[in-house]
Amino acid sequence: MRNIRLGSGAGYSGDRIEPAVELAEHGDIDYLVFECLAERTIALAQQAKQNDPGSGFDPLLEARMRAVLGVCARKSIRIVTNMGAANPVAAARRTAAVAAELGLGGLKIAAVTGDDVLHLVLAQNYRLEESGGTVADLGDRIISANAYLGVGPIRDALATGAQVVITGRAADPALFMAPLVHEFGWALNDWVRLGQGTVVGHLLECAGQITGGYFADPGFKDVAGLARLGFPIGEVAENGDVVITKVASAGGCVTPATCKEQLLYEIHDPSRYLQPDVVADFSAVSVEEMGTDRVRVTGGRGSPPTGLLKVSVGYADGYMGEGQISYAGPGALARARLALDIVRERLRITKVAASEIRFDLIGVDSLHGDRLARNHQEPYEVRIRVTGRADSLDEAIRIGNEVETLYTNGPAGGGGVTRAAREIVAVQSVLLPRDLVQPSVQLIEA
Amino acid sequence: MKLRAMAHSRTGDKGDTSNISVIAYDPRDYEHLRREVTVERVKAHFAGVVQGEVTRHELPLLSALNFVMGRTLGGGVTRSLALDAHGKSLSSALLDLDIPERHHTGDPT
Repeated sequence: MRNIRLGSGAGYSGDRIEPAVELAEHGDIDYLVFECLAERTIALAQQAKQNDPGSGFDPLLEARMRAVLGVCARKSIRIVTNMGAANPVAAARRTAAVAAELGLGGLKIAAVTGDDVLHLVLAQNYRLEESGGTVADLGDRIISANAYLGVGPIRDALATGAQVVITGRAADPALFMAPLVHEFGWALNDWVRLGQGTVVGHLLECAGQITGGYFADPGFKDVAGLARLGFPIGEVAENGDVVITKVASAGGCVTPATCKEQLLYEIHDPSRYLQPDVVADFSAVSVEEMGTDRVRVTGGRGSPPTGLLKVSVGYADGYMGEGQISYAGPGALARARLALDIVRERLRITKVAASEIRFDLIGVDSLHGDRLARNHQEPYEVRIRVTGRADSLDEAIRIGNEVETLYTNGPAGGGGVTRAAREIVAVQSVLLPRDLVQPSVQLIEA
Repeated sequence: MKLRAMAHSRTGDKGDTSNISVIAYDPRDYEHLRREVTVERVKAHFAGVVQGEVTRHELPLLSALNFVMGRTLGGGVTRSLALDAHGKSLSSALLDLDIPERHHTGDPT
């Protein structure tokens, strides 16, 4: 049986588009997969859909489809993506419209639905995994609840012959594993193959993070061509063994080191990576360099899944207000500290109702606190950042205002104020019995 | 010596939990890392940053360790007020850890 070549066209919703086009044109791929849905993205999309029922999918869907549909149709490359976000059907319709415009009439697009389980989550008072509280604690602040679907419905969508499959929330590795299950006819109780298939999906799902992105450290880990970073290709054999590679002329690199970093990215216990279809075990995975930019990854295993699906619950969590200003030259740090003291006192005097507040010196202690920063030299320039949580947008705005007034009321030489205030949409998880979730597939033709 | 001379690292996030891999450049250094980059050392290094439990997973086939650190991301990436809400920069902080030199004892090279 021949190998299947999976291309990874995006690692997050705002990712670069040209590398996906490059993969379609020069990657000799069978599938192009776009993973575009972060934890919070779907809650934001749900809010958009509430305002406009025709929206709620990835804002870059149209631009991506316009860039790749033509070449993918010409080369019979099938597309799988979670760009449907909160509205896969509307995303499929928009994709059909783009296809028709491009003269690709007859293109079949499948929308996978059923991940929206808000009604199920509201019907029972499930426990919130992170806070230990329950869904009822969130009251009317709940915006969305979406279950991580597995490979089943995506495989079913591929079996209809659809050239494009658009999902909402699905486990990221499942977007890559579904084509393998479909092509190789893997059984959904073949835990070894599903475990190794999870390895394949996990390695590819962050696109450029395995080809040299989020990796370079000059003098220690040098990577050439990051401005034209190539996205990865997984050449997968019937047993799931994979060679990770890229288009030869693209920037970046695929090495055992890039593959190891990505294998462990966002993993807790490597022997128990919980997925909808399998509990994957990465503990016996090994990597082997086969040639330039070719790394073979084997050894993934698995055991039966838990029977529970993870559900991301999005909810409104108040507002965040922020202000920043910079100081430079001799005494910059002392003036920045003085500025923070002034804002701290101002927020108290003017009774700004912030429930939590942070005072940071960017360039000094903003990332890891003052203890780790202690032994480092004073920088030439320092930027202060004051951020607070409040129950209303008006209160949040007042936080940034107290930084802005430093222009004329604060230490000497403060410049470059920026202010921001926004609603916080936070996410927690509940675990839902798998049998309650009923995915389905809807076909739309261009 | 700094850990950075012997290992590379990447941070990932899930909710309020951060995971940091520590991967030996040279597989022969793995045992040394396993001995020296302990949960206790990592916990002490990140005092004030990590509020929860630290656990370590060993991956000898990859010459790698994976540290999982609870209550590290300001209550969770989606609600944190931190500049680096994901904790992406934590891997660089860990590579600043001081560890003893490895004494070469004539093992095959």
